[in-house]
Amino acid sequence: MIYYIGAFGLIFIGLFIIMTRHNLIKMIIGLNIMDTGVNLFLISIGYIRKGTAPIFSKPGINPGSMVDPTPQALVLTAIVIGVAVIAMALSLAIRLYQHYGTLNMRKIKEQRW
Amino acid sequence: MRKFIGLILVGIVASGIVLSLFKIPFGTPKTKVGNYYLNKGIEQTGAVNIVTSVVLNYRGFDTLGEVIVLFIAALGLGMVTLTFKREKRKISPPSLILSVGSRFLFPFILLFGAYIFLHGHLSPGGGFQGGAIVASGFLLIYLSCKRTINKERFKLTESLAGLVFLIIGLIGVYFSGYFLFNFLPKGVANTLLSAGIIPIIYIAIGFKVGAELAGIISDLMEETRKEFKAQS
Repeated sequence: MIYYIGAFGLIFIGLFIIMTRHNLIKMIIGLNIMDTGVNLFLISIGYIRKGTAPIFSKPGINPGSMVDPTPQALVLTAIVIGVAVIAMALSLAIRLYQHYGTLNMRKIKEQRW
Repeated sequence: MRKFIGLILVGIVASGIVLSLFKIPFGTPKTKVGNYYLNKGIEQTGAVNIVTSVVLNYRGFDTLGEVIVLFIAALGLGMVTLTFKREKRKISPPSLILSVGSRFLFPFILLFGAYIFLHGHLSPGGGFQGGAIVASGFLLIYLSCKRTINKERFKLTESLAGLVFLIIGLIGVYFSGYFLFNFLPKGVANTLLSAGIIPIIYIAIGFKVGAELAGIISDLMEETRKEFKAQS
């Protein structure tokens, strides 16, 4: 249960950062924190008590005591894609800074919200 | 004011999710799919690492989609960096420890990355992780000395690795009628030459992810590079 609380804590912290900060870099950091929280949540769904990694490294390991491999397989690719998406967002932030001269989202004129 | 509203909104979402969260059991026995993969995984795919067999065999098509997402993100980043205005930035030159240490460590990092993606079907790791390790070696090179990577060759590596993945999938169609069918012999489990097409695809993914992430690094570090050359 503590894993769920931690994972959703990370997601809510990221959401709060994205909603309240004005600096674009801080918003991207919030996005990254949310990403981590979602990955942690997916992994913790597949957990079983006293489970081992789903690898048959030695003969005679009981498959019943292994954790669920499916969420791990999803998270494995999601981490790398998260890196690429964050890099893309940072490059857009650099471009935005070069165009407007500021990273403060409330000072950008065309942006009204 | 803005913080207060944000806090209230997050609180509403959180209370809704937490109320439903208490109904999700934690640490209980697995789903049917997970049990099926664990019980049948070795005899059906030949890989002892069940996560790998899920990623590349049961859900191989899904992985192809994710590789394409990664490719599109890298492509978009390249397009955005093309429109950057090149302006001078002040960057301090690398210290002696960084430049010497990175030159010493670079081959070992490449070797470790290759080890990770070659043994993806036997031990924790695989193409995505190994590719990220290889790219971290290139990041170290970019941080330290005055070398750059040849972008054309990296793009070529990336495209060829993607093509290998697709062509192996299409050969599976030719042999059995299923995309990404495991047409090679499965071999003895828990040895390096086992699991049919899984190691081949993971090597291709390792090269592709490594080249892509190194390309992202070089796109973002290009300005720094010009500065170094002007100084030296």
